[in-house]
Amino acid sequence: MEGVDTEAPDQRVTARTGAPHFLAHKEGDHVGVAVQDVEPGPRRVVYMDSSRAIDLAVLEPVPLGHKVALADLAGGADVMEYGVRIGLSREPIKRGRLVHVHNIRSARWQ
Amino acid sequence: MAVERLGPRLTGFRRADGRVGVRNHVVVLPVDDLSNAVCENVARTVPGTLALPHHYGRLQYGEDLDLTFRTLIGNGANPNVAAAVVVGIEPTWAHRIAEGIAKTGKPVQAYSIERFGDLKTLAAGARTAQQFLQDASELRREPIELRELLISIKCGESDTTTGLGSCPTVSQVVDRHVHDGGSVIFGETSELTGGEHLIAARCADSEVRARFQTLYDQYIAEIESSGANLLGSQPTQGNIRGGLSTIEEKALGNIAKTGSVPVVDALGPAVTPVKTGLNFMDSSSAAAEFITLMGAAGAVVHLFPTGQGNIIGNPIVPVIKLTANPLTARTMGEHVDLDVSGLLWGEYTLREAGDRLLALVERVANGRLTCAESLGHREFVLTKLYRSA
Repeated sequence: MEGVDTEAPDQRVTARTGAPHFLAHKEGDHVGVAVQDVEPGPRRVVYMDSSRAIDLAVLEPVPLGHKVALADLAGGADVMEYGVRIGLSREPIKRGRLVHVHNIRSARWQ
Repeated sequence: MAVERLGPRLTGFRRADGRVGVRNHVVVLPVDDLSNAVCENVARTVPGTLALPHHYGRLQYGEDLDLTFRTLIGNGANPNVAAAVVVGIEPTWAHRIAEGIAKTGKPVQAYSIERFGDLKTLAAGARTAQQFLQDASELRREPIELRELLISIKCGESDTTTGLGSCPTVSQVVDRHVHDGGSVIFGETSELTGGEHLIAARCADSEVRARFQTLYDQYIAEIESSGANLLGSQPTQGNIRGGLSTIEEKALGNIAKTGSVPVVDALGPAVTPVKTGLNFMDSSSAAAEFITLMGAAGAVVHLFPTGQGNIIGNPIVPVIKLTANPLTARTMGEHVDLDVSGLLWGEYTLREAGDRLLALVERVANGRLTCAESLGHREFVLTKLYRSA
């Protein structure tokens, strides 16, 4: 992935046991943000507004600060974060996949 | 956690114009690029004074020239400045800037280089700088109230942790400061894109809202009139590396630091707020330009949330940097005044993070050097609106 170096061991970030893997700003958001480097598998997402926790099957590695899809998204769909549209999907995105510049774009300019 | 306040724990410098500063600099201020050398030599001759070299001040005209005057006068007049020596190539503009600074009642003296040369100007400027420095050394800190401090905010090298942790922490301070009767300035006009409607909705009345919308629309139109759009620069490569995917997502993280209070005014660049509360200023999002504009407006402390690790400082406005990115906190500790990465892992609440930032603001106001001050970061950059004649 562009510019991300999670290979070097001292660059990896792992949270203490019990911390969530992802935080989502608002109920209804389509993406959650990784708060540590996350490997594929069953992971925990916490919504910051409701404190509700859900389980998510993560399909690929998501580095610290990068986003994961919390719902299946169609191509060209609004992508919501903070309860606000942050862009449009470039292609269908499956729940559990990494969400970044390769599969979403600004809705403002093309 | 409530902390018992015993006596006047916060101190600062009360200036003749009533404004309050937290530093006591004697500055040597060039009017133009040509005068940088003398100013830097004055500061070398009189250690303890502070030269403010910059790149412009020649053959500017119109609004761009007005902004340069406002920026230089405003920074010289800033409450963190005790006195100013102004040096220009010719006397008219040097005196114009000195007169602007003198309105605050602080000591200021102008010099010009033509018909004297660098060396005579150095001798005269250094003599005055020495006098100003000795006089400033006798000024004492007095008890002040936090609400008297004009605080500015801007984030940089943002990533998704900015919107999750460091910006909401600043929000805590913004809301509390404004509720206590203080003022805060934010800006970054074009980086509000995608969330500008949220700021417009928070404007105190329709007049402020119209002014804000006009400033925003003009900035975007100016970018688009160049044949480009923001996608060439937004998000930045650093933002993308940190996980931000679109300008809209970046803007929402950015706006997360502005608290929940109303926006009481929409100001032009380098304009001093007249209304108490949260003020918007039309401004570039480039960190050095932004904080230089804030210094001109009279801000005396700047709060700077960063994700990937912006290392910005300013010569006269202490810049307090905080990050919620655990990797940045670990690898760039010498630049991070406050690590709030524990917010990501639920180790403490946002309110507690706000308490920590407020406590740090008070320590810095009382004289603790910020990371940027201790490392000598003195970025002083004028905003240029268009090319010179």
